[in-house]
Amino acid sequence: MAVIEVKDLRKTFVRPDGTELHVLNGINTKIVKGEKIAVIGPSGSGKSTFLRCLNRMEEPTSGTITFNGEDITSPSCNINLVRRKMCMVFQHFHLFPHLTVRKNLTLAPVDQKLMTQEEADVKAHELLARVGLADKIDEWPDRLSGGQKQRVAIARAMAMSPDVLLFDEPTSALDPEMIGEVLDVMQELADAGMTMYLVTHEMGFAYKIAHRVLFIDKGIISEEGTPDEVFNHPKQPRTIEFLSKVLRR
Amino acid sequence: MLWIVGAFLVFLLWRSGFFTAEAWSDFNRRFYQNFVKDDRYMMLVDGLKSTLFMTAGATVIGVIVGLILSVIRVAYKGGVHIPVLNKFAETYITVLRGTPAMVQLLIWNFTIFASARDLNTQYIAILAFGLNSGAYVAEIFRGGIESIDAGQMEAARSLGLTYGSSMRHVILPQALRNVVPMLFNEFIALLKETSIAGYIGIDDLTRAGQNIQALTLEHSQPLVMVAIIYLIMVMVLSKLVKKLEQWLSRGRR
Repeated sequence: MAVIEVKDLRKTFVRPDGTELHVLNGINTKIVKGEKIAVIGPSGSGKSTFLRCLNRMEEPTSGTITFNGEDITSPSCNINLVRRKMCMVFQHFHLFPHLTVRKNLTLAPVDQKLMTQEEADVKAHELLARVGLADKIDEWPDRLSGGQKQRVAIARAMAMSPDVLLFDEPTSALDPEMIGEVLDVMQELADAGMTMYLVTHEMGFAYKIAHRVLFIDKGIISEEGTPDEVFNHPKQPRTIEFLSKVLRR
Repeated sequence: MLWIVGAFLVFLLWRSGFFTAEAWSDFNRRFYQNFVKDDRYMMLVDGLKSTLFMTAGATVIGVIVGLILSVIRVAYKGGVHIPVLNKFAETYITVLRGTPAMVQLLIWNFTIFASARDLNTQYIAILAFGLNSGAYVAEIFRGGIESIDAGQMEAARSLGLTYGSSMRHVILPQALRNVVPMLFNEFIALLKETSIAGYIGIDDLTRAGQNIQALTLEHSQPLVMVAIIYLIMVMVLSKLVKKLEQWLSRGRR
């Protein structure tokens, strides 16, 4: 069964001057348990907006999103309960700078009474060990490097034991030499069977871990398929043009 | 800093007759008259107690009111739409910042609580100063909350925290840290502002100085003494806020 199913998702922003900006123009897709989907496309194509609509960081204008069989776009849906199981990793990490690494990981599960502080501490320790930062548990976020911050942010999302992780360009704000350590952590999560949506510009990584690749352009999925199909045998002219530009380097 | 304060004190002492040669010998006699005879210094001590009591009470009310008002206004912008509350908060801030504190104090005392004569006037003053301060504190808090990166709220919400929990655990602690200096300036202003409490018959520190004046017909020493006491308190508070800032910024780079 599909974990997330998206039907005719549309998102229109209204600018202050009243004009409309159609960012998503009817997205249809689904993800099954354990699947990794990479979302690629040019800037402004709507790929981040698509991801942010999935956990309703952005309110969809129309269309439906079903998560574990529940329509999460309906008014009766408690989105907070959905977000416990569909966590997000951001481009700019957004760690809580006033809390130690430990508290960053334990705040959400403890506040929502999913765990006691003791249980959450144990879990935090496990997760930090998993991302290779067990020794940083009592450190302040501002004392970490960019790569370390993003690994903590991934651990923070994992602390909720989510069914799905949404990655919104997780390596785009990192120094090149720190990208590897974050990708390694994501690779490990992927190998452990996590269901993942990944918006990225790291084509090599997308090729390596994705089961399917979505190419979004002008708010629709203009091409999709296995990494081999999309990267090695693209059919749409726009996909070919985009890939020729980003892969030239 | 200390030099300027020192020079100012010397100036005040000069004005109160400390350095005029013929008055020098007179100084001790007048000092005795003003502060020692009949334990008149106790008037200043009692006045100081009253000033501190009012400032402390008004501070508590000001912070609570300011916090509530600012959260109402920020929440309204952030998507929690309760138009009645937002309108109330807006009007409150406009009215209380748009009229002099002294007029508000007089209105509270002579109009709103006109018939409650057995009520301790100090409580009326605390209410008046506290509600007035709340309007300023609200704007301080609002600035502090809005200075926090929007990503913080998003990150908190993305982990399933409610809007209220995100505010309480993520946004407000950071906002508070940012506004501590401004908040303390507001309290220092409040400490000085309570000096108008004499207008509704409260024997605060300022009024105590005037009361001594009335007894001794002495026009300089009591008020200069009052000024020095205010100054010392303000300087001590300013030192404390510096320490507090350092403590709050621990863990930051």
